[in-house]
Amino acid sequence: MATEATDAAASSPGMPQLDFSTFPNQIFWLVVTLVVIYLILSKVALPRIASVLAERSGTITNDLAAAEELKLKAVEAEEAYNKALADARAEAQKIVAEAKAEIQSELDVATAKADAEIAAKAAESEKAIAEIRENAMQSVTEVANETAEALVGTLLPQAAGADVKAAVAARLKG
Amino acid sequence: MASEEGGKLEFHPMDQFIVKPLFGEAGDPIHFYTITNVTFWMALAIGAISLLLVVGTRGRAIIPTRAQSMAELAYGFVYKMVEDVTGKDGLKYFPYIFTLFLFIIFSNFLGLIPMSFTTTSHIAVTAIMAFAVFFTVTIIGFVKNGAGFLSLFWVSSAPLALRPILAIIEVISYFVRPVSHSIRLAGNMMAGHAVLKVFAGFAQVGAVAPIAILGVVAIYGLEVLVSAIQAYVFTILTCVYLKDALHPHH
Repeated sequence: MATEATDAAASSPGMPQLDFSTFPNQIFWLVVTLVVIYLILSKVALPRIASVLAERSGTITNDLAAAEELKLKAVEAEEAYNKALADARAEAQKIVAEAKAEIQSELDVATAKADAEIAAKAAESEKAIAEIRENAMQSVTEVANETAEALVGTLLPQAAGADVKAAVAARLKG
Repeated sequence: MASEEGGKLEFHPMDQFIVKPLFGEAGDPIHFYTITNVTFWMALAIGAISLLLVVGTRGRAIIPTRAQSMAELAYGFVYKMVEDVTGKDGLKYFPYIFTLFLFIIFSNFLGLIPMSFTTTSHIAVTAIMAFAVFFTVTIIGFVKNGAGFLSLFWVSSAPLALRPILAIIEVISYFVRPVSHSIRLAGNMMAGHAVLKVFAGFAQVGAVAPIAILGVVAIYGLEVLVSAIQAYVFTILTCVYLKDALHPHH
C-alpha cells in the first residue's frame, strides 16, 4: 500500500507544487513560522540590534566631540605655553636690565664717592706737603741765618746783623 | 532521484519537492497539522534566523563580533531599503518586511543544502506571502488615503484622453501583482533545483559525467546568486507596493 502510494506519487506527471492536498499543511506551517520569526524579531532581535547601533553611533559622536574638545584644549595649552614663555623671557630681560641699571648706578655712586675721597685726600696731602715744604724752607733760612750770623760774629765781630741776613737771603736764592 | 533501469535513464527532478510526513508512512494523509518536511525545514529556518540574530548579537558589543556584524548588516540592508523606497513613514512596517526577507533568504539558502527541501519553491508558500502583502498594502492604502488611494490608477500626468485606458491597465497590473510576486520566487527556486537534479541525473552516465558534474557546480553557483537576488527582489517589491499605498500620487 505504502509502496504503491510512493510509486503513484513518484510517477505522477504533475508538479508537487500543484498538489492541492498539501496546501493546508504548508499554509498552516508557513503562518506559524512567520509569526514565530516576527515575534523573535520584534521582541528580541530588532530592539537589541537597534540599541546596539544607536549606542555605537552615540559612542562615535561622543568620541569625536571629545577629540575635538581635546584638540581645542591642546591648541589653547600651546598658546598659553607660548605666551608664558614670551612673558618669562620679557620678565627675565626686564630683570636683567634693572639689575644692570642698579649695579651701574651703585657703581657710579661708589666711583664718585671714591673719587671725591681720593680728591680730598690728595688735597690734604698737598696742603700738608706745602706746609712741610714751607716749614722746611723757613727752617733752612733760619738755620742758614743763624749759622751765618754765628760764623760772621766769630770771624768778624763788627759786622752788622742786617747785612748778614740780606747776604744769606741772596745766597739762598742764588 | 534518477535511476538507470534497463538502459533507460529515468529522471525524477520534481521528487525533491514532494511534501511528505516526517514521521510515519509515506502514504499517510497530510492534515494541516501534520508534521511534514515543510515543518522541519521551516523550523530550521527559524533556528538559523535565531542563531544569527539572537545568539549572534547576544554580546551587544560596540565593536561587533563576526556574527553580530552580519546580523547588523542584514538589519541595516533591509532598514535602508525600506527607508529609501517608502520613506520615513514606511519604517513602522520594517519588522514585517524584515520577517519576510529573513524567511525567504534563509529558506532559499537552506534549500541549497543537498537533499534538503526548499519551502520557498512551493507556490502555496510564496502565494500566501504575496497575497498577504497585497491585501495588507491595499488595506493600508485605503486606510491612509481613503478614496484618494484610487488616484494610483488615475495617471494625472498623462493626457486626459489616455487616462481611462491607462487606468484599466493600471488596475489590471495592480491585481496581477500578487501573482507575479509569488510565481517569480517559487518559479526561480523550483527551476533552479530541478535543473540541478537533471544535471545530477546525467552524472550517472559515464561519458558525460564530468560535464554534468561541472554543470552541477556551475548551476549551484548560479543558484546561490539567485537565492539572494530573489529574496532581495521579493523584499524590494514589497517595499515598492508599500510605497504606492503610502504615497499613491504619481
